[in-house]
Amino acid sequence: MVEMTGAKALICALEKEGVDVVFGLPGGANLPIYDALVDASALRHILVRHEQSAAHMADGYARIKRKAGVCFATSGPGATNLVTGIATAYSDSSPIVAVTGQVQSSMIGKDAFQETDIIGVANPCTKYAFQPRTASEIPETVKKSFYIAESGRPGPVLIDIPKDVQQESADMTFPELIKVRGYNPVVDADLSQIGKAEQILLKAERPIIMAGGGVILSGAFSELQALSELLMIPVVTTFKGKGAFPENHPLAMGPIGMHGHAEANKIILEADCIVAVGARFSDRSVGRFDEFGKGMNIIHMDVDPAEIGKNKSVDVAVIGDVRSSLRTLIKMLPKKIVRNDTDTPWMKRRKELIDYYAEALKDYSRELTAKKALKKLREILPANAITTTEVGQCQMWTSLHFDVISPGTFFSSTGLGTMGFGFPASIGAKAARPVVPVVDIAGDGSFNMTENSLAVSVLDNLPVIVFLMNNYMLGMVAQWQRTFYNRRYMGVHQHNCPDYTKIAEAYGAQGIKVQSLEELEKAIKSALKTEVATVIDIPIDPEEDVYPFVAPGTGLKDMVTGA
Amino acid sequence: MSTATATTTTTTIANGKITPLYILSALVEDKPGVLFRVTNLFRARNFNIESITVGSTEQADLSRMTITTKSDEKTLDQLVKQLKKLIDVVEVKVLDTGNTVYRELALIKMRAGDPTTRMEITNFASIFRANILDIGKETIIVELTGTPDKIDAFKNLVDHYGITQLARTGVSALPRGVEV
Repeated sequence: MVEMTGAKALICALEKEGVDVVFGLPGGANLPIYDALVDASALRHILVRHEQSAAHMADGYARIKRKAGVCFATSGPGATNLVTGIATAYSDSSPIVAVTGQVQSSMIGKDAFQETDIIGVANPCTKYAFQPRTASEIPETVKKSFYIAESGRPGPVLIDIPKDVQQESADMTFPELIKVRGYNPVVDADLSQIGKAEQILLKAERPIIMAGGGVILSGAFSELQALSELLMIPVVTTFKGKGAFPENHPLAMGPIGMHGHAEANKIILEADCIVAVGARFSDRSVGRFDEFGKGMNIIHMDVDPAEIGKNKSVDVAVIGDVRSSLRTLIKMLPKKIVRNDTDTPWMKRRKELIDYYAEALKDYSRELTAKKALKKLREILPANAITTTEVGQCQMWTSLHFDVISPGTFFSSTGLGTMGFGFPASIGAKAARPVVPVVDIAGDGSFNMTENSLAVSVLDNLPVIVFLMNNYMLGMVAQWQRTFYNRRYMGVHQHNCPDYTKIAEAYGAQGIKVQSLEELEKAIKSALKTEVATVIDIPIDPEEDVYPFVAPGTGLKDMVTGA
Repeated sequence: MSTATATTTTTTIANGKITPLYILSALVEDKPGVLFRVTNLFRARNFNIESITVGSTEQADLSRMTITTKSDEKTLDQLVKQLKKLIDVVEVKVLDTGNTVYRELALIKMRAGDPTTRMEITNFASIFRANILDIGKETIIVELTGTPDKIDAFKNLVDHYGITQLARTGVSALPRGVEV
């Protein structure tokens, strides 16, 4: 046992968890924590300009590092500013540990200055929220927080520490192992269920794998690829699962969903068996729950038992870590699999669909379109580069036109759809893996929301590339107003304000405006070489739509391929 | 599946659909905020709850929540899974009502100014094995323990006297015999 303050114990406990960086912003109620940070030389603190970005950075860090990211904020508005970032992480099952200061214990419930019931606010969007009432609880609370955040289906955990608890001295014991009664995240998959899945798969004539974000979270890349190749099963992904499977692989069909690849949306309707791996059948992926998968055998593998039957009733449920479930399934398959035949009707159909849509889907004739810009980016970026996106048209164009080659190098705010996520999250990703290029594929609407993270990128030497597809519009909203509201535009015009290259320069970053594909190529190459963040401002026609499109409330069969 | 063995106690028929009543028993951590987390879950996921009771158990650090709900099997399955997912919830069971004792307590205050009414109510109370807790000049308070059906039946019986106040506790339940 060692005597120290609660604040010091927090820092020690974080260091014991292997935390090397925290993203945060100080205030009145977390000053003791910041004072303890002064002496913590191994812990890098990255000062943000808005707490929302701190949570997004911790999230981006977590998605690449595959361990919890940490963010700090003070009480009241500091804590509530974190909430969008926490909710984003919750929607996408990303592990973050958010530490907020709280007013001192005696003031709680007195409507004190900068007091918010952040436990109450955060409850619906965290896996758990702690409020230690004595300093001696802090080491165990931190240990539990990381355990809960990182295990099972990952997610955010909040620790709200009253100021007096940060200041209080106590004898501290740092536990090595922790058990949480009522929380048993590790379950071994039921072998009989895996056996059933195997039987269905071997009998299926038109099987398809639908890979979700769970594949990325559990790092089941090689297992997924092995299953697909062994049985010659085409792979579609959800948007969250984009990059779970190399998108240049012959069996890759790309993401399904509202703006999925046309061939992916088509082929999944023709399948007789779907293996959903770490996917949750979200409305954006499957359209109508009642129509999707009708008459097909559905095998659902997921670590979260509550996902089974939530949106879709399934034939076989394999509950457990998808990586270990896939391994077991592969081991069960007959030793000699003879399915390397690309001549089956199913493989021919697959090829037919890909070829058909490659021809049928026309790009706009202009020199610079979102599709051409993204193809150019892919051409130049190394395969191991990390890409993320903002939300809206830029995100859906990425889904359609940017192939993720190296598994696990892509992520986006897919569940909550948080505009402003991509840029700070890319900075977090850069902190997790500084040696590879990191690109935020952005739109002007989203980038506007958290552009002040340029200061962080520049000052903390975390250079990322903002690939800004600028159509002077909240483009996706404009597209919906065009499509569903008879072009009655309202509240969508951004009028190319501000000038994004000047914004970049004002923060000490590089800003490049391009007008042609040739200039774009030069700009990307320059951005890859330079040591500071680069904003590449790429003009996109405001009338450019994202197609194919499955309108909300309709099924994948109702996909529209053009205006 | 957790719902497979469950049988139901009462069914209501609304819009031609039969909605069974299920009784869930949950052991939860006895600490601040747990009831909030559970009820917040019901609200956030649109689960409809008939009653919820919370009280101490044989273990000092655990509370038992008894929850009654009218839902279809699919909703019940989700309700159980989402409850289990809460970290403060240690155990959830859907009770087989055929093999469960369950009781609710009700306090019913009625107008009983005239002696005939008092006599009638006292008679009914005795038939229902209810206790008279208080008799004033104008009112009478009856305490009744039983299944929700029994309390409903008594309430319907005495309704016309004029119930001025009513408090029901919600259902508490335990399975019979040795737990396996």
